[in-house]
Amino acid sequence: MSAPLLEISDLAVSYRARAGRVAAVRGVSLAVAPGEIVALVGESGSGKSTLAHAVLRLLADNAAIDGGHVRFGDQDIAALSDRELRAVRGRGIGFVPQDPAVSLNPVLRVGDQVAEALRLHGLATRRSARLDAVEVLERVGLPDPAVRARQYPHELSGGMRQRVLIAVAIAARPKLIVADEPTSALDVTVQRRILDRLQDLTEELGSAVLLVTHDLGVAADRADRIAVMSRGRIVESGPARRTLAEPAHPYTRRLIRSAPSLATARAAGPAPVLDKPSGEPPLVAAEGLVKEYRLPRAAGAARTVRAVDGVDLEVRRGETLALVGESGSGKSTTARLVLRLVPATAGRIVFDGEDVTAARGARLRALRRRAQLVYQNPYASLDPRLSVGATITEPLRVFGVGDRASRTARARELLDRVALPADALRRRPAELSGGQRQRVAIARALALSPDLVVCDEPVSALDVSVQARVLDLLAELQADLGVAYLLISHDLAVVRQVAHRVAVLRAGRVVETGATADLFDRPAHPYTRELLAAIPGGGRRPHSEESP
Amino acid sequence: MSRTLNKEPTAEPAVLRAADPPEAAPPGRAAPGLGRFLLRRPGLVLAALVAAAVVLAAFWPDLFTSRDPLTGVPAQRFSAPGGAHWFGTDELGRDVFARMVHGAALSMRATLIAVALAFVGGGLVGLVAGFVGGRVEGVLMRAVDVVLSIPALFLSLALVTALGYGTVKVAVAVGVASVATFARVMRAEVLKVRQAVYVEAARSCGARWYTVLARHVLPNAAGPVVVLATLDFGTAILAVSSLSFLGYGAPPPAPEWGTVIAGGRNYLANAWWLTVLPGAVIAATVLAANRIARALDGEWARRR
Amino acid sequence: MRRYVIRRVAQAVGVLWAAYTVVFLVLDYLPGDPVAAMAGQGDQTAVDPAQLDRLRARYGFDKPVLVQYLDYLGRAVRGDFGDSVATGRPVTGMLAAAVPQTLQVTVAGMALAVLFGGGLAVLATYTRRRWLRSLLLSLPPLGVSVPVFWTGLLLVELFSFRLHVFPAFGDDGPRGLVLPAVALAILPGAMIAQVLAKSLLDTLDEPYAQTARAKGAGRARVHLRHALRNAALPALTVAGVLVGQLMANSVVIETVFSRNGVGRLTASAVTAQDIPVVQGVVVFAALVFVLVNLAVDLVYPLLDPRIAGAAAR
Repeated sequence: MSAPLLEISDLAVSYRARAGRVAAVRGVSLAVAPGEIVALVGESGSGKSTLAHAVLRLLADNAAIDGGHVRFGDQDIAALSDRELRAVRGRGIGFVPQDPAVSLNPVLRVGDQVAEALRLHGLATRRSARLDAVEVLERVGLPDPAVRARQYPHELSGGMRQRVLIAVAIAARPKLIVADEPTSALDVTVQRRILDRLQDLTEELGSAVLLVTHDLGVAADRADRIAVMSRGRIVESGPARRTLAEPAHPYTRRLIRSAPSLATARAAGPAPVLDKPSGEPPLVAAEGLVKEYRLPRAAGAARTVRAVDGVDLEVRRGETLALVGESGSGKSTTARLVLRLVPATAGRIVFDGEDVTAARGARLRALRRRAQLVYQNPYASLDPRLSVGATITEPLRVFGVGDRASRTARARELLDRVALPADALRRRPAELSGGQRQRVAIARALALSPDLVVCDEPVSALDVSVQARVLDLLAELQADLGVAYLLISHDLAVVRQVAHRVAVLRAGRVVETGATADLFDRPAHPYTRELLAAIPGGGRRPHSEESP
Repeated sequence: MSRTLNKEPTAEPAVLRAADPPEAAPPGRAAPGLGRFLLRRPGLVLAALVAAAVVLAAFWPDLFTSRDPLTGVPAQRFSAPGGAHWFGTDELGRDVFARMVHGAALSMRATLIAVALAFVGGGLVGLVAGFVGGRVEGVLMRAVDVVLSIPALFLSLALVTALGYGTVKVAVAVGVASVATFARVMRAEVLKVRQAVYVEAARSCGARWYTVLARHVLPNAAGPVVVLATLDFGTAILAVSSLSFLGYGAPPPAPEWGTVIAGGRNYLANAWWLTVLPGAVIAATVLAANRIARALDGEWARRR
Repeated sequence: MRRYVIRRVAQAVGVLWAAYTVVFLVLDYLPGDPVAAMAGQGDQTAVDPAQLDRLRARYGFDKPVLVQYLDYLGRAVRGDFGDSVATGRPVTGMLAAAVPQTLQVTVAGMALAVLFGGGLAVLATYTRRRWLRSLLLSLPPLGVSVPVFWTGLLLVELFSFRLHVFPAFGDDGPRGLVLPAVALAILPGAMIAQVLAKSLLDTLDEPYAQTARAKGAGRARVHLRHALRNAALPALTVAGVLVGQLMANSVVIETVFSRNGVGRLTASAVTAQDIPVVQGVVVFAALVFVLVNLAVDLVYPLLDPRIAGAAAR
């Protein structure tokens, strides 16, 4: 191996907080060779993002490098002057940020933002920069680059914006690209195409990549080497294949075990099967559900948009039906239609033999009592001002179940069920971690012993190791209580672990329904096949045709 | 929102909550001692002292001075500030400090009436508009837009013209003119909270609308409106004193703050203390109210 | 885009009409007997009842309220607000004579406010010297707390009576303009500084500012090219609202400096309970306010392509 392009040695970074300095990166050493792809993997708060930013010294004002070196070529980035640093940023090291929605300047044309990267380093004149920028945009696979270059960021989709950001990063042909979770905010199929393109381009340019990701599957597919980070330290690093096959550190082993995408790729364990006769009538049946939203003041032909376009589905007692789709497929709207939280434009919802499509008043409240909802984001779904106890007992109080003492007793029992300590009763949501909050939300949903719980992306806001435990809890509760789940998810890997049956949703329509194992092994619809292929962790596949 | 949730924030000490083992709760933050909180904010302590002094003066002026604000000693006309008369004396030999102390009651009463009127009236309008929505909201908020299109002081002046002069009438005029601002903030907050996921969660639990309103929407929406009320205190003091400076407050012998300054204006060239010191009292009071509002705002922001 | 402009203009006209109605209700309906108020300033015993009736007929108060309203509205649309009770001269003429004075001082005040408020915000957020930053940022809260009549009087005391640099009173020449303009500029300048500094700091924390830094852009470039244009948007909205406050404060400042502008006209009309003049002045203030904010609304899409996109639809 030649001399490393980037060599981080004994780097320490800390943040100034109210309670003094808090270390985020504690003595990390890491090297990246020319042309190599190194994945930095860790959960939130592991310090991986701070480390990536430290490479370009793009740290927040309250952060400081306390020690160590970041050698890039023959320079020490930690010791450069502002002027020297500017020459390295963009030209020597390119940066692809996390969230394409907010990483482009909203008031400048995208072409000008790419051109700026060229002009800052004297690689183009004012006149030539425009044309050069279009050429770079073409290389990252943006369709109609000449037209797009004159548009503003809000006129582009998330995937297109991420391509523009990659164009900004590679414009000055840097030797190293630092990519901080470059595709975490995107749908899986888009994520795959963009990572393919990034990989091709860096191969072409001979650039090295430091890829920061929370997704071991992505790391497995893309990286030559993997470094696993936890609590500010690199606990293990080595060639990708060996690290995944023979993890040395217990933390790495835990991470690999709980990563749903890797488990799926290796088809670990059989999919859950429901041992019940299928002749029994379904708990919930929806027929021909349609939801149209009116667009505010839109001129032109389409004044309405069909979020849900004729969905049929059935959930049996004690069963988990997963509704899978990418963003905008109408899966969340379908869930809200079933719960009657939004009125349907057309179609019928039958709950336990009773048509509840137009139920109002007492009948609607009766439905609320038997069907509950768990939200995606446990940080938003709990009232910040109510204690955990008050939150869990709220459904009981609303329906006048029991007295104060019996409700508190029930809350204790529920806390125990979701494996939270009893002293959590008096805490407020702000004092709990994300996983704990989601447990509280699950306890609230179970308080009235409902027949159906709709889980809307119940784990997508959580770290992988926490995800696995919350999914286990859901499965355990189902086994004990016989509750049925309607599980909404964008993540096929999650679905594989807990669902009995899967319905794949695209553009408001169900394209395929089937038992989980059948659907994963023998997908019938091309879209299902594409979704399955896009799950990271299955190894890099030959190119599919490019489209944004 | 989700951007900052499941990924590392770069601008904040991520490690504070992240360094713990994944499922462990962050350690219950010990409430920082109030003493230390205030010690780091000497400005806030000063503001609280000024506010306390003004309130005390409004209720018990005798704590601060034993002199009469209305009758002067002609022999001591225009004496400069000193040990005997802290703020000097005016053209009738009245003690300016005593006038300001006794004027606090009038000015504070006017301010309180104005703020209460704006808070209650605007809060109700905003609450109804935000919670009911639909056509009611449309009508109410159009009306608010219209009232906001008339600059506040001009609306107050029109009201004074219609109602007549006097401390209470000036207070009502100032209060009515800021109803629209409160309505707007209250509605925005109610809308924000009403769309919050936890409100939909309460609804999907089967809670009735009044339970949702009383238990979730009002407590969570009230914060910014309370902050606005403190902030409006400063604004109202300025507006009330401007109107009494223009001569629409209590009739002359009464020592309303604006009136005191208006009286001193005629002797600007030879008795600077008649305007400078009373004005400084008003400025200090407003500054104190604004500083306290800012502290409250920070507190609320952190609690959310 | 044309639809956007038309809609905004129509909205402005609607608001103005409604504002007129509010003013009518407050001034002509609320006092009970406006004529008695006009003639005797509440002291009804001193006025001859026959004279009152004549006044009522002259101002149309003997007709039903709705007829009065429509009658007044019709005339107001044509720019006729009736005659002053105190002087007998037409209100519109009095306004026209007073506007130039007020225009000078408010435009000068606003220019100073934008210049110094904006400059302070940019400098305070750009400097790396912590003492300078905290010094600069401590000024705006002070600026919004001082009563405008007091700053006016302080300036007169200092620059006219002590230093004899600028005249204390009167409205002739640019030298007389300096003190009132400075006194007027303090409040809006402080507000602009507060809003702009906060939104600059927020903008500099945005990921797109980081993207710019990662390209190799220097501090000044990130600050001025990337952050300032985004940060100016909320400040622009605030500046529109501040025009209303500026006009309101001109009532006080013109009284302090004895300038014969709209503000002084307002103050004396309120003192004399000269309802037609008050009505004319308040509607005029609303008109200016609505026009300025209409201008802001129309300029906004030029600065923010997201709004322009929505407007084009």
